[in-house]
Amino acid sequence: MFLVPDFKGHDFFPHNLRLPFMRYKGLCFGLSLFFMALSLVLFFTLSFNFGVDFKGGSLIEVQAKSGAADIAAMRKSLDGLGIGEVQIQSFGTESDVLIRVEQQPGGEDAQQAALKKVVDALGDGFVQRRVEVVGPAVSSELRTTGVIAVLASIVAIVVYVWFRFEWQFALGAVVALTHDVLVTAGIFSLFQLQFDLSIVAALLTILGYSVNDTVVVSDRIRENMRKFKKMDLNELLDISINETLSRTLLTGLTAIAGILALYFFGGEVLRNFSFAMLFGILIGTYSSVFIAAPLLGYLGVKRDLGAAAAATKPAGGKAGANPTIR
Amino acid sequence: MLHFERWKIIAIVATCLAGILFALPNFFSKETVAAWPGFMPKRQLALGLDLRGGAHLLLAMDTAELKKDWLANQKEDVRKQLRTAKIGFSAIGASGDALQVRLVKPEETEAALKELRKLIQPIGNAILGTSGRDVSVEPGDEPGLILITPTEPGLQERVANAASASIETVNRRINALGTAESTIVRQGRDRILIQYPGLTDTRQLKELIGKTAKLTFHSVHPSVSAEEAKQTRVPIGYKVYESDERDEVRQGAGYVLAETPVVHGDDLVDAQPSFDERTNEPIISFRFNQAGARRFGAFTKDHVGEPFAIVLDEKVISAPVIREPILGGTGQISGNFTVESANNLAIQLRSGALPAKLTIVEERTVGPSLGADSIEAGKLAGLIGCLSTAILTIAYYGTFGVYAVIGLIVHGLLIVALMSLIGTTLTLPGIAGFVLTIGMAVDANVLIYERIREELRTGKTPISAIDAGFTRAFVTIADSQLTTLAAAVIMFWLGSGPIRGFAVTLTIGILTSVFSAVTVTRLLVAMWIRYSKGRGRALEVPV
Repeated sequence: MFLVPDFKGHDFFPHNLRLPFMRYKGLCFGLSLFFMALSLVLFFTLSFNFGVDFKGGSLIEVQAKSGAADIAAMRKSLDGLGIGEVQIQSFGTESDVLIRVEQQPGGEDAQQAALKKVVDALGDGFVQRRVEVVGPAVSSELRTTGVIAVLASIVAIVVYVWFRFEWQFALGAVVALTHDVLVTAGIFSLFQLQFDLSIVAALLTILGYSVNDTVVVSDRIRENMRKFKKMDLNELLDISINETLSRTLLTGLTAIAGILALYFFGGEVLRNFSFAMLFGILIGTYSSVFIAAPLLGYLGVKRDLGAAAAATKPAGGKAGANPTIR
Repeated sequence: MLHFERWKIIAIVATCLAGILFALPNFFSKETVAAWPGFMPKRQLALGLDLRGGAHLLLAMDTAELKKDWLANQKEDVRKQLRTAKIGFSAIGASGDALQVRLVKPEETEAALKELRKLIQPIGNAILGTSGRDVSVEPGDEPGLILITPTEPGLQERVANAASASIETVNRRINALGTAESTIVRQGRDRILIQYPGLTDTRQLKELIGKTAKLTFHSVHPSVSAEEAKQTRVPIGYKVYESDERDEVRQGAGYVLAETPVVHGDDLVDAQPSFDERTNEPIISFRFNQAGARRFGAFTKDHVGEPFAIVLDEKVISAPVIREPILGGTGQISGNFTVESANNLAIQLRSGALPAKLTIVEERTVGPSLGADSIEAGKLAGLIGCLSTAILTIAYYGTFGVYAVIGLIVHGLLIVALMSLIGTTLTLPGIAGFVLTIGMAVDANVLIYERIREELRTGKTPISAIDAGFTRAFVTIADSQLTTLAAAVIMFWLGSGPIRGFAVTLTIGILTSVFSAVTVTRLLVAMWIRYSKGRGRALEVPV
């Protein structure tokens, strides 16, 4: 146009690629079920490395005023305080140290007392960068609301999908979403990564992203069901997944680019969050291609009903959704 | 899809310009913005405590203690009421949640019930109407036994009152610390949230909040000293109180005080540091309400020349000698005060009785250096995230990719503008949400452009391919954005702290991305079509 000369983009995607997804749906399902089961087993055996948000206790990030922090000396002075196990680890740079104090028995005031002991024992050589103290009441509330938030999100999303599509799509979505949450949490359990509030936020975003992918593929399936009324369902699903594959991968790529930037440059505080997001986007992409759509192959979808619904729904949806268009 | 009416173009351009205008203050320093002419918007994004540094304290009120106190007060009233009515009772005691009154003559139960029911207070106020009673007065399961039980709404009102009083008190105490743009709000039933930007060392703050116990005024035992009482025995009706006076000479001595206070802190209306007109020494002037003034007046009239003790937190903070009867309710405390100690005592007095004990149940403090680091890291990550997205998009979609990136820039500006306008705070998770919405906003463009390419491959003409691309992709975009919105709304609704900040940015980002990715890009593409046609060339879609 005016300032931008016309130039074509480089379409590197092999659009005539036809991958036979449905042929391997049994294998994919098996694997997915196995990983979901494995995650559940991990939850009960390894459990989670909960952060202070969920476990209670204190987290203190300090920075040595000059030079590197002497972790051994800090350990020595903090171990004798009688406040249970104290975890000390360097955090980012060599002068930054993260101290974790487990939840103290004796209620809310005991946490503050422990914090005071630590701060006093550390002395003047450190600057407090961050302090988080969560008492037993708040941590148990955060645990409950975290679980409720994830479950409520899944329910809300599934109800929406059910409303817009057939119930089989909603069932596919709920299985895919549950898979994403379970497996991502499973990774956090397996590697004992710190699981705190930000990871719940990540799980919720992964849900949003995953269902986004699932809806795009489902939309195409519905459209193709109208177009190819007599086609075998498995073949139709294959075509739909392949047709949307370029967008699935490209969007995944841009999202991952953003998250990698967060992971590498967003600072130490966001690192676990970015990791969860990174992993979740991969899982979310996988689940919409390999779980949600293939599940329709097993469940079967009533074609005529689908066509009838598709004939009325998009028109209504379009007019209602955005009157400013056209 | 590709025809735009003139007013629509104007509306779209105006929205973009407004976005730029309202986002603009964020790219300049506060001082620069302040010097701008009056018609320019000046609101900047409010940064959350995790970015600017500050303390976040969540306090819980001890509702059990509140209940206990209430029962104790109730006990006094019951005793007085029965005495005036000349109904004999053998015992009044708290048992569990209720107050038990045992009458001497069971046949007086009816009369006693009638008298005691006069104590029942309606709940609510004159404007909204009353909705129940604060206690129930019922006969117990034995003859001559009466149970007085606080009702659930009565308790709730009590908690609500205590919460507002606590907020007031905490507020006053914190403001007394000096420069404070802190916010103190009630959260849930019995919680108080304090947010104090810029504060990292919370020890002083906690000390101020921690001084929660009640303020009472007691008479001092005329002859027995604390040492004597400790060695022999404490006189009946009296109790030894430790001293917490700033005056070091008196430290540790302690006082023998009457157990029942003369006046409660609730009756204190005001206390201010000032200077004695004659000696120019720092003093504290105070004022009681009517009930307090009456009791305090009666007490001081009988005890001129004796000391009385001001007890805060079960400790004597001052024990001035009564020079003359204080009948009008106003008086002065003088002594060896410095300006600072007078000020401190005035604050302690003024804060009066916190009606309930406050416990810190959550603390999150971020130092200014970490906050600044987070801002820098967030900026860098945001910049790199945006750049890589832009490069990918332009490389893959050519000229239309450039339009998509223009849409993304509008999207970013609109988020910043909206957040500045609404006054939501930007937190570190919020920055993460921002970077994510950039990645996700491009999804709408990807959907549209992939569709255009697909339509072109089926042999459609450029214009009908573009038109079909926008039309068909829109249904999918609406579906996918609405589902993400559902998740974001739930995050906001149920989430706390960091999750909320994230949800706010995500929600605003979803709304602006539909506008920027769909509407703005479509307008640019429509203009491109018109321009290219005008040059009389064959139209070739540059995607």
